[in-house]
Amino acid sequence: MIEINHVNKWYGPAFQVLKDCTTSVAKGEVVVVCGPSGSGKSTLIKCVNALEPIQGGEIVLDGVKVNDPKTDLPKLRSRVGMVFQHFELFPHLRIIDNLRLAQEKVLGRKHDDATAKATKLLERVGLKDHARKYPAELSGGQQQRVAIARALAMDPIAMLFDEPTSALDPEMISEVLDVMVDLAREGMTMMVVTHEMGFANKVADRVIFMDRGEIVEDAKKADFFGTPRSDRAQKFLSKILQH
Amino acid sequence: MTMLGNFDFDVIRRALPYLFLEGMRFTLTLTALAAFGGLVFGTLIALMRLSSYKVLGRIAGFYVDFIRSLPLVLVIFWFYFLVPYIGQWLTGASRPITVGAFASSLITFIAFEAAYFSEIMRAGIQSISKGQPAAASALGLTYAQSMRYVVLPQAFRNMLPVLLTQTIVLFQDTSLVYVLSIPDFLGAASKVAQRDGRLVEMYLFAALVYFVISCVASYGVRRLQARIAIVR
Repeated sequence: MIEINHVNKWYGPAFQVLKDCTTSVAKGEVVVVCGPSGSGKSTLIKCVNALEPIQGGEIVLDGVKVNDPKTDLPKLRSRVGMVFQHFELFPHLRIIDNLRLAQEKVLGRKHDDATAKATKLLERVGLKDHARKYPAELSGGQQQRVAIARALAMDPIAMLFDEPTSALDPEMISEVLDVMVDLAREGMTMMVVTHEMGFANKVADRVIFMDRGEIVEDAKKADFFGTPRSDRAQKFLSKILQH
Repeated sequence: MTMLGNFDFDVIRRALPYLFLEGMRFTLTLTALAAFGGLVFGTLIALMRLSSYKVLGRIAGFYVDFIRSLPLVLVIFWFYFLVPYIGQWLTGASRPITVGAFASSLITFIAFEAAYFSEIMRAGIQSISKGQPAAASALGLTYAQSMRYVVLPQAFRNMLPVLLTQTIVLFQDTSLVYVLSIPDFLGAASKVAQRDGRLVEMYLFAALVYFVISCVASYGVRRLQARIAIVR
């Protein structure tokens, strides 16, 4: 579904953020990407739907080359859901309109169909009663659940999560993770940048560990938590799991 | 004392219908149309300045700097006298084309306000976090859709108090069309003043009207600003 082949990316001439990254996410697979801050994991996931350009290698999404100038990027992006660290709901639109906007303007769905879909998804994330509110009236956890529903409204073939819980207060993290766990169990293809090792342990098929722009470890979940091969991954795990 | 002793309120009262139905109507029409046109073109110029195409940005930047370094009253004056000849040259007509004083001054004001509004809208667009257009793109919206549905509505809302304040300045600046002898509010007052020989009354009254309208409008903008601050 997602293929990342020898991807290189620089910020300016001197700083290389991604160094020869190669990995893939198969249909229905859940892959967690972790690593210390500044390791390039968020950058990598933003390259998958070309929110960030790459300078070398290639990324192929469902058979379509992402970094091909001829690719219709808006169309490609509409098929992949993305959830951001800071939610990025549109603050001037009601929740229901946040879910309707791209359905109508990008997919060309009729207003009533878009409303029905939006209502169904809001019900699914437990926020049906908040449809008429504005994003600022909701808590962080609620906003992030809306953001997930907004992405799902486009019937995506895969979902990308960029640190979906790291801007949340601790008591709100689980309500968001619960929605993500449900999604994973339903067979959604997911690439998730997160430090939530509990989530990884529960639903991930594979775990990728990145450091300084490189994919240091790319292993099945059991192998990763059981016997991480690299020193750096071992150190990272011991730090993050000791509390 | 003699000045106020001679003060003739009746000359103002008699001129009221002319001053407001003709003069003020012209002033408000010019203000509204120039503000609307200035906002539309100003937004386009702001998008050009922020565009990733460097050439567009440079053209827009030059336009804004150029306009802002010219005295408005001179441009109103020159534009009115030059446009017929420019039009003649462009259309290849045998005589200078006729452009009404209203059309000429409206075009001049739109050109000026576009430069000022573009700076306000540019600040407004830059005040929106990069995550917003990124989220719009991630949903599959094109650049134009992302601007129209996500970025510009927020930029406009954030900048509304500043845009309205600029419109109040514009309302006062429209009085400069007096150089074309157009009967805007000040022009109408001036005509009555000359005709009846009542300069003190008419110019004092005109100043008072501009002052009151601008004050009330500024107060309204401050109230609006406070309300927006609460909503955000």
